[in-house]
Amino acid sequence: MTPRQPGRMTARAALAGLAAALPAVACLAQQDGRQDGRLSGSAFMSAETREMQADDAANPGMLSVLDGEALWSRKEGAAGRACADCHSDAATSMRGVAARFPAFDAARNAPVNLDQRINICRAEKQGAAPFAWESPEILALSAYVGLQSRGLPITAGEDPRLAPFIERGRGFYSLRQGQLDLACASCHDDNWGRLLGSSPIPQAHPTGYPIYRLEWQGMGSLQRRLRNCLAGVRAEPFAYGAPEYVELELFLMTRAHGMVMETPAVRP
Amino acid sequence: MTGAAAGLVLALALSAMPAQVRAAGPAPAGEPAYAVVGDEIPAPLTGQPGDAARGRAIAASRQKGLCLLCHSGPFPEERFQGNLAPDLAGVGARLSEGRLRLRLVDGRRLDPDTIMPSYYRTDGLNRVGAAWRDRTLLTAQEIEDLVAFLATLRN
Ligand code: HEC
Ligand code: HEC
Ligand code: HEC
Repeated sequence: MTPRQPGRMTARAALAGLAAALPAVACLAQQDGRQDGRLSGSAFMSAETREMQADDAANPGMLSVLDGEALWSRKEGAAGRACADCHSDAATSMRGVAARFPAFDAARNAPVNLDQRINICRAEKQGAAPFAWESPEILALSAYVGLQSRGLPITAGEDPRLAPFIERGRGFYSLRQGQLDLACASCHDDNWGRLLGSSPIPQAHPTGYPIYRLEWQGMGSLQRRLRNCLAGVRAEPFAYGAPEYVELELFLMTRAHGMVMETPAVRP
Repeated sequence: MTGAAAGLVLALALSAMPAQVRAAGPAPAGEPAYAVVGDEIPAPLTGQPGDAARGRAIAASRQKGLCLLCHSGPFPEERFQGNLAPDLAGVGARLSEGRLRLRLVDGRRLDPDTIMPSYYRTDGLNRVGAAWRDRTLLTAQEIEDLVAFLATLRN
């Protein structure tokens, strides 16, 4: 699971890439205190973007977190109950929860991601209509729940019932696809740290979702990010919530097991 | 890499070894066929000679050639160039036109593991988006334009 470096490049290209990318990345790895070679996407960002993420007063994702905090206490649906009525203080009840998702859902006999889990509570506990995918409300609630894991290690994937789903996610990650015929691994394992046009290729660790992405000028989920990468290789996207996305999210979170959560992250 | 893919690599590497294998290229549906001789496609794909100026525009384009996502090259006006692949400067001196043509048409024949897309191939792909399905990345004429352009990159 450790990313291979420098992958299968010609020696020439590998040397050029190493010369360009490695000193910066290695130095960031030290700052980051990580010894196992895994790097958060923030290690590939400009200093300005990293500062924006680190400062809660400047991080635009914190506005979404504040909306989520308000929604947490708002009575909703036929049951007229708020999240807080059952879960009380999120700082206690939701601590480490986002770091464990996607998690196995016994009733569905399949993993569900955090957005799905929140919507299950909405439908089944509040008697309210689920929030639409990528709606400001679901992003705000998942950012607020996600914040309660900030600074904690990712623990997703430990439940043994998840094993077959993780394996399917891994298979998808290694599948060459789209008109450009590239696998996620072609870029994120074999060529991370190099430049794709103007963009440094990160290692694809989903440590900060939902994120505020400067290119979107807004918040977005991990699935939205995955759709962007699929569109980039001209592959067919799935519908939001498709089992394939949840399995891929689960694989990525398992691959990032032990890394530190950063929600709400800022990305370029 | 999966076991199956590694097996494929081996099989293709072995079959590519004898220098003078002649293989009919699997022409994409409705497109002109081609013949691979050794590591080249010696004959142009079309009757009309390639246009180097058009080829240069295709190489620099983010919608068409996408070359500068991975490569750098002599395009001083392009600020953003990739570093996943060798610089294209001097490639016309290093490689024959036939070799350049095969590299663009189906680089997988030279190295099944390459990340460089096959620009003139529609088979063997997975989950291609509806807008792109059964279409080659470039047309036969665009390939010829690119070959004409790359051949001018002699230093
Ligand atoms: C052609 C190379 C390429 C391929 C193939 C690719 N990606 Fe990416 N991916 C990128 C680049 C470049 C970025 C960073 C984009 C930016 O900063 O604007 C990125 C970003 C990401 C991120 C965000 C990481 C973070 O720090 O938030 C994730 C997650 C991701 N990709 C997953 C995937 C998955 C899963 C696949 C396969 C379905 C995939 N990518 C395929 C190039 C690629
Ligand atoms: C009527 C009580 C009730 C309400 C209201 C409620 N939940 Fe829940 N929630 C539960 C229970 C009980 C569980 C445990 C799983 C189960 O029994 O379904 C749970 C589980 C969860 C989990 C998964 C926790 C874990 O450790 O895996 C999350 C996240 C969550 N709820 C978020 C929310 C949010 C956000 C809201 C408001 C939109 C909300 N819930 C509203 C009762 C409620
Ligand atoms: C996804 C990345 C990618 C894209 C896009 C790409 N290439 Fe490449 N190309 C490579 C890599 C990597 C190599 C090095 C050899 C290898 O690994 O196959 C290469 C090798 C080459 C070579 C041989 C270079 C040499 O010195 O031997 C030529 C010529 C070439 N590419 C031309 C192009 C052109 C023209 C385009 C655009 C139409 C293009 N490439 C698009 C990745 C790419």
